[in-house]
Amino acid sequence: MARAALPGRLNWQLGRVIELTEETARTKSISFALPDWAGHRAGQHVDVRLTAADGYQAQRSYSIASAPEDEYLVLTVERLENGEVSPYLVDELRPGDEIELRGPIGGYFVWESSLEGPLLLVAGGSGVVPFRSMLRHWAAVDGGAMPRLLYSSRSWSDVIYREELLRLGDRDGVDVRFALTREWPEGWQGHRGRVDRELLGEVASPPSEAPRIYICGPTGFVEAAADALVEIGHKPSRIRTELFGPTGG
Amino acid sequence: MPISRGFSGRRRADADPARVPPGQYVTDDFPVLSAGPTPRTPLDQWSFTINGAVGQPMSWPWQEFLALPSETPTADIHCVTKWSKLDTTWRGVSVDTLLEGVQTSADYVSAFCDGGYTTNLPLEDLTGGKAWIAYEYGGEPLEPEHGGPARLLVPHLYFWKSAKWVRGLTLTSMDEPGFWETYGYHNRGDPWLEQRYQGD
Repeated sequence: MARAALPGRLNWQLGRVIELTEETARTKSISFALPDWAGHRAGQHVDVRLTAADGYQAQRSYSIASAPEDEYLVLTVERLENGEVSPYLVDELRPGDEIELRGPIGGYFVWESSLEGPLLLVAGGSGVVPFRSMLRHWAAVDGGAMPRLLYSSRSWSDVIYREELLRLGDRDGVDVRFALTREWPEGWQGHRGRVDRELLGEVASPPSEAPRIYICGPTGFVEAAADALVEIGHKPSRIRTELFGPTGG
Repeated sequence: MPISRGFSGRRRADADPARVPPGQYVTDDFPVLSAGPTPRTPLDQWSFTINGAVGQPMSWPWQEFLALPSETPTADIHCVTKWSKLDTTWRGVSVDTLLEGVQTSADYVSAFCDGGYTTNLPLEDLTGGKAWIAYEYGGEPLEPEHGGPARLLVPHLYFWKSAKWVRGLTLTSMDEPGFWETYGYHNRGDPWLEQRYQGD
């Protein structure tokens, strides 16, 4: 599908739910068929709008989890306690339901194969979602330098896309590192505890190679990782961040 | 309007709907939004500048800036990512105060910041008691993650216009799109007209 040459208005359109996949106990991936989708770039997001029977509406933004090359648009949504929209998407939505979406939105937190050089992706929790789009895109287009992914979760059962990421590591040679902050499976060989300066120094290409660095996750995680990478010597201009606030709903 | 089967919503009873623009929800938190690492400029290297199409550029080092007459606006703020926060309290210098004595025929302003961020506004959105350079939030020095030491505060527009880590205003005769404005966000960003993205 060709991208529109000039961005017009991003109109709301009805996405039909094709499939829901449970990623973790709190997280589902939802595939949508869209009637009028001009394509997206890896890392972009969409707005979702829900309408109650009395006309009340609620909107939220969600990162796109699918690659531009994929057949359906996929959103991966984590159920937030006390959330308004995410519990509906995770628990209520069924195949065949239709909800309104518009996008794609955002053009900065984006990776495409024309951006050369080493690539480091640093994810905390559901901040891994846009990186799944980037990694699938990388695999689909044979995008050059091997990406590295450092992904922090609370426990092994909280790791989203676990099998797919292990496969990307084993089959495609992507350097995937997991950090678990709270619980570790028996014999866990990965990092224990929070992502810190030492771990980032070990995983990241040296500053002299000027890797492109993308960080996505909760505010505290992103701030700490970005600060540490700047302290190590990476230029702030090489570091792009996206924050998933606790009130994403 | 297509009804979302099984969705009833969770309206907040304690928030006045007349104060919440379309598509927004009220939060008590203060979420953070940024595109890169938080810059940390030492205060002895900080200054605030007004330049561009002006008769005489102006610049205030930190201590001189703090000595300017300040105001304590209370405002509702609205982020394009959908959250709104009501009754936020600030201290800062009104842009009107900074522009006193500045000769200009410019119609537009580009706010520039540590970290390279810029955002563009019509000058009239910054004057007439509508905008401040704020350095306190909730009675405390503004934290770096929220834009400290000082940020632009333009509460009647979406909050990306309230540029964090602001270091100055460049007055221009032509409108020059800033950072998010070149990535598809709306040029003006009025939350009551739901001007989120280009074409809205």
